[in-house]
Amino acid sequence: MLEIKNLHASVEGKEILKGIDLTIGDGEVHVLMGPNGSGKSTLSNVLVGNPKYSVTEGSVTFNGKDLLALSAEDRSHEGLFMSFQMPVEIPGVSMTNFLRAALNAKRKYHGLEPLPAGELLKLLREKRKLVGLDAHFMSRGVNEGFSGGEKKRNEIFQMAVLEPSLSILDETDSGLDVDALRTVAEGFNQLRTPQTSAIVITHYQRMLDYLRPDYVHVLVDGRIVKNGDASLGYAIEERGFDWIKNEINA
Amino acid sequence: MRAEQQYLDLFDKERDTLFRHSCDTLNARRDTARRDLDRHGFPTRHDERCKYTDVASAFAPDYGLNLTRIVPGVDPYATYRCQVPNLSTNLYFVVNDSIMPPAAASAPLPDGVTLCSLLEASRRCPDLLNAHYGQLADTANDGVTALNTMIAQDGLFIHVAAGVKCTRPIQIVNVSAAQIDLLSTRRVLIIVEPGAELSLLFCDHSDDRHRYATTQVTEAFVGHDAHLNLYSIEETHPGNKRFSHLYADQKANSRLTLGSITLMAGLTRNRTDIRLTGQGAETCAYGCVVADGEEHVDNNLLIEHAAEGCTSDLLYKYVLDGRAVGAFAGHILVQQDAQHTVSNETNANLCASPEARMYTRPILEIYADDVKCNHGSTIGRLDEQALFYMRQRGIEEAEARLLLQHAFVNDVIRRVELEPLRDRLSHLVEMRFRGLLRRCEGCTMCAQ
Repeated sequence: MLEIKNLHASVEGKEILKGIDLTIGDGEVHVLMGPNGSGKSTLSNVLVGNPKYSVTEGSVTFNGKDLLALSAEDRSHEGLFMSFQMPVEIPGVSMTNFLRAALNAKRKYHGLEPLPAGELLKLLREKRKLVGLDAHFMSRGVNEGFSGGEKKRNEIFQMAVLEPSLSILDETDSGLDVDALRTVAEGFNQLRTPQTSAIVITHYQRMLDYLRPDYVHVLVDGRIVKNGDASLGYAIEERGFDWIKNEINA
Repeated sequence: MRAEQQYLDLFDKERDTLFRHSCDTLNARRDTARRDLDRHGFPTRHDERCKYTDVASAFAPDYGLNLTRIVPGVDPYATYRCQVPNLSTNLYFVVNDSIMPPAAASAPLPDGVTLCSLLEASRRCPDLLNAHYGQLADTANDGVTALNTMIAQDGLFIHVAAGVKCTRPIQIVNVSAAQIDLLSTRRVLIIVEPGAELSLLFCDHSDDRHRYATTQVTEAFVGHDAHLNLYSIEETHPGNKRFSHLYADQKANSRLTLGSITLMAGLTRNRTDIRLTGQGAETCAYGCVVADGEEHVDNNLLIEHAAEGCTSDLLYKYVLDGRAVGAFAGHILVQQDAQHTVSNETNANLCASPEARMYTRPILEIYADDVKCNHGSTIGRLDEQALFYMRQRGIEEAEARLLLQHAFVNDVIRRVELEPLRDRLSHLVEMRFRGLLRRCEGCTMCAQ
């Protein structure tokens, strides 16, 4: 599904990613861990085409297409989704209008007619239930005045509506209490299919418990320095990152 | 030659014609207005309230004037369809500066509500007209008001008797449509007696075949405990010059709501002077401006708190693109006796292109010592993070910009109390951002 080769990227002239190689197959969940500033969020942002980041070297193919040649919008239409670490508030643009615009843009890209209003509302209602988001959120501005937990639920809700094939969850668990984390994680699990994959950035063991990842990668200073399965995640939870750093330096 | 000279010469030459086609009350103010215009001229950029608009050059072209009161040969009722669905209004047309008789089929106004021409008012209620006309619009203070007063031969007279609640809005459509470049001189006198209520909606349209300039001077007397809603929507053309001046006086516990929406314009200057002379009076002034190309929109307000316990609330938002120029000044003047004044003023602006320019001046001038006043203004660009967030969800950048800009000005639109009008305005704003508002929808007059 996704193949990243020797990816280098910088932000404001500073090189953050220094040669990332990563392959993600259909239906796989990969967890990215690493100390603060190691490049996890940069990798996510580069993949979804945030214009603040520039790719200096390397390639990314997504379902056979050159991902880096696509606009941010087209990457979304092709099935890439990012759950933002800090979802943006957009006062005055209602959730319903926002999702209508997003969904219909995707349908247009795939040569489909806009979704009739009734079907849209039905779809939104179904997907809301998945993450336990109240109906009144639909008429509010996107994330406007939402609590931290509500914002994260809203990210998963949008993911449910847009049905991406590859989702990037950038610290979706941060700022969530135990119950909210379970709701969000269970919502995410329900959306998983043998064809959908995910990159999950997390610092917490609870997320590993819920998501049962296939692979765990450790990012240090812009490179993936260690690969493993879920047990690597638990080892980090227990021992921190220093032992990995020491291993590299040894 | 001074820009005002051609108008002074015209007045001297056509004085008899002007007088003959008008009435005593209007004629009685003319010579003073001429003297004031001659003495002070049009305001220049050196005048504090006119720093950002070159008034003189707007009046420099050789416009025609309709001094012999030829009735325009169009029937606006047959060619214009109101596009505010579900908003049932009493509809009137002013073509250039001629008040068209109401449509035969139109519903009568409620008892106690009078709408007629100033000339008719001079026959029906001369004392009332004389006691109010020209009392607020000071010709010594503003050259455009002086010009308007010097040559205005007729206008609209709207009176609501004490305690009468006119629930159905009155819609006045001002249309500029002529065979030559034309200067129209519009005049409006609104008297809302104590305890009465009135909603007025002014829509300004023009065709694009000629250059038009309009001056409109509105005087509004809002009696104690009276409510007046005054909405104004401009959808004209880049060649249009509009000078709209509103002078209002508010008595105790009265409420005045102004909604000023500029969607399409050439050069527009809206000057608003409001005096709160009765305790507990309340003014809400909301405005939004969407401008691009070479459009120039200047809103200049002076709210004078002259009595105790009054409130004023100002919110103006501009979205400027292309090489558009926006100017805003909101001057809150709190007199010494106006204790317990509460005033909020916000002017927020988006400049969507590097060439767009915005000049903003919120001003507080306070002589009382127990007041609560705040003011603020911002000029910025669209939130890049929000744009990217929307693009990540698949919304094309142009569409994302549109949604963000629409949301920005919707903050103003949602304060419009008439729901059908609010919905309609929201739709018009969206069309404006999509570039679809070249002509007013369904207005066959503009399409001719």
